[in-house]
Amino acid sequence: MNWLTNFVRPKIQKFRKPAKEVPDNLWMQCPKCSEMVFHRELEKNLRVCTHCGHHMRMPVRDRLRMLFDNAQWTEIELQPVAVDPLKFKDRKRYAERLKDAQAKTGLLDAVVVGHGAMGGLGAVVAAFEFDFMGGSMGAAVGEALVAAAELALLQEAPLIVIPSSGGARMQEGILSLMQMARTTVAVTKVRERGLPYIVVLTDPTTGGVTASFAMLGDVAIAEPGAVIGFAGARVIEQTIREKLPEGFQRSEYLMQHGMVDMVVPRHELRARLVQLIGLLLHKNPSADVINMPPQRRKRTERDKVGAQPPDPTVPDLDPYESDGETEK
Amino acid sequence: MHFLDFEKPIAELEGKIAELRHLSDSDGVNIAEEVSRLQTRVDKDLRSAYAKLTPWQKTQVARHPDRPHTLDYIKALIDDFMPLAGDRTFAEDAAVVGGLGRFKGRSVMIIGLEKGRDTETRLRHNFGMAKPEGYRKAKRLMELADKFGIPVITLVDTAGAYPGVDAEERGQAEAIARCVETCLDLRVPLISLIIGEGGSGGAIALAAGNVVLMLEHAIYSVISPEGCASILWRDGDQAKTAAEALKLTAQDLERLAVIDGIVAEPLGGAHRAPEAVYSAVRDTIDMHLNQLVRIDGGQLRARRRDKFLQMGRAGLE
Repeated sequence: MNWLTNFVRPKIQKFRKPAKEVPDNLWMQCPKCSEMVFHRELEKNLRVCTHCGHHMRMPVRDRLRMLFDNAQWTEIELQPVAVDPLKFKDRKRYAERLKDAQAKTGLLDAVVVGHGAMGGLGAVVAAFEFDFMGGSMGAAVGEALVAAAELALLQEAPLIVIPSSGGARMQEGILSLMQMARTTVAVTKVRERGLPYIVVLTDPTTGGVTASFAMLGDVAIAEPGAVIGFAGARVIEQTIREKLPEGFQRSEYLMQHGMVDMVVPRHELRARLVQLIGLLLHKNPSADVINMPPQRRKRTERDKVGAQPPDPTVPDLDPYESDGETEK
Repeated sequence: MHFLDFEKPIAELEGKIAELRHLSDSDGVNIAEEVSRLQTRVDKDLRSAYAKLTPWQKTQVARHPDRPHTLDYIKALIDDFMPLAGDRTFAEDAAVVGGLGRFKGRSVMIIGLEKGRDTETRLRHNFGMAKPEGYRKAKRLMELADKFGIPVITLVDTAGAYPGVDAEERGQAEAIARCVETCLDLRVPLISLIIGEGGSGGAIALAAGNVVLMLEHAIYSVISPEGCASILWRDGDQAKTAAEALKLTAQDLERLAVIDGIVAEPLGGAHRAPEAVYSAVRDTIDMHLNQLVRIDGGQLRARRRDKFLQMGRAGLE
């Protein structure tokens, strides 16, 4: 390290697109079934484990890519907010943490707002990047949601928000708490205009994010196996001094308790959103909505003999639902 | 009286005074001079200690067990108080107390988080930690007030929303979100006062008001100093440092333009002279209420929303 690397590098990193320099031969271990998955195969399969169907966290732009028609969207530039208003420092300065997160993700903060067509219908999507400080909500995230709501109002388009966040950004103190009220105002305005406000809860959605805009959707969709809740599991365990029930705070558990409308596997998410927007807006989406077929693991002897073993992460389809796959 | 660590010297002096008074009662000895000398020292020590309380000391004062709680304020400020109960869906949650009453002759809805005073009442009120039914009850009472054009006053004093399996199952997050939403939806004045501890989401659920006030030694924070220390410092003993970093005092929040005013406490904190606090709170709320009731309902709602929409926007130092 010399003065040059010290002073120049962070700036360059800021403007550099996130590096996708993953070697082609890289294997990844599924955190759930511990099987090794070929990296490119995983990307192709929307980061759903090809062995057990576990839904891994997804980089924000991959998320947008899988949702919009022809993988095309326009991102909006977000207003800058006060940086590090409290001059917060724990073991590290918040200003430094921000710079590191920006360098790591190539984003200015944890939310990207894009607009484009979904099944031919316009939509605004605000999606979280968990890798940016745990997707935590500070003023910049609040600003992004306000901007997304304003854009939805301007375009008279539905607003889809896809949180993946540990909650409030502690380093912004009380101002991060205030984002709960701020984002609530933003999505309320969309709903009052009669525009659909849809939330797709992904792993994880907790704390102040869940306790504000994320739980206010007209329709709440969850991805399989996502952790969704208010208090952290560890805090609850310490408070009640008991073991937590099986599947606690997972999507399927929330659906059983009436907190979400449906649990939708990632491969069906786009089609389901298009269908939902069409129904809410009395419109027919264009016919080119295709589900991405899930990539199955290689058939084993067992598969040939009988049915596949039930996948614990995929909920049983209820009789009111249409076929899982509307492939044509 | 319960003394905090930093009040130890004061406790000793007050002990001496009590002893002397006891002596004089029994022996008829005149010790008035000595008592008044000691009392002056107590006042001086209190004044100097409370003039420069650290954020961590403020946290202790805000949580002081003798500090007046929501029910004390209701008793002191509200006539004809008529408690209302239940969320009409699941249960009555006594962590949230609320009801109709008269504040200086005017009908109001008062809703607050109550911590309890002794073991029995603390258990009954679940230490001021509300469950979803508590927030749904608050929402119901606010909507009731809205329907009849009755101003709402909320009092906040909680470590946070209850973290438990049952609370999660019944949608703690959703209940809080709807409560915040309702605060921001009202067409009647909403005045919120943090009287002790304003703990995170469980506090803002009741505090998205037209006017948000804090008592001089109250705290209001996104996370408790202990919780913050254990997450960011990985060391719960750093709570003192975390309290400084979080900027959680009333004075900090006023500087950050998050609150609209501070209500002064008597020397040595609200618990030393509750009547003085009640009177200051009464005057302050009355002043704000008189201004707010003159504003049209749509405006009240729009202004409240705009205020929160601006929080954290650029331009803030």
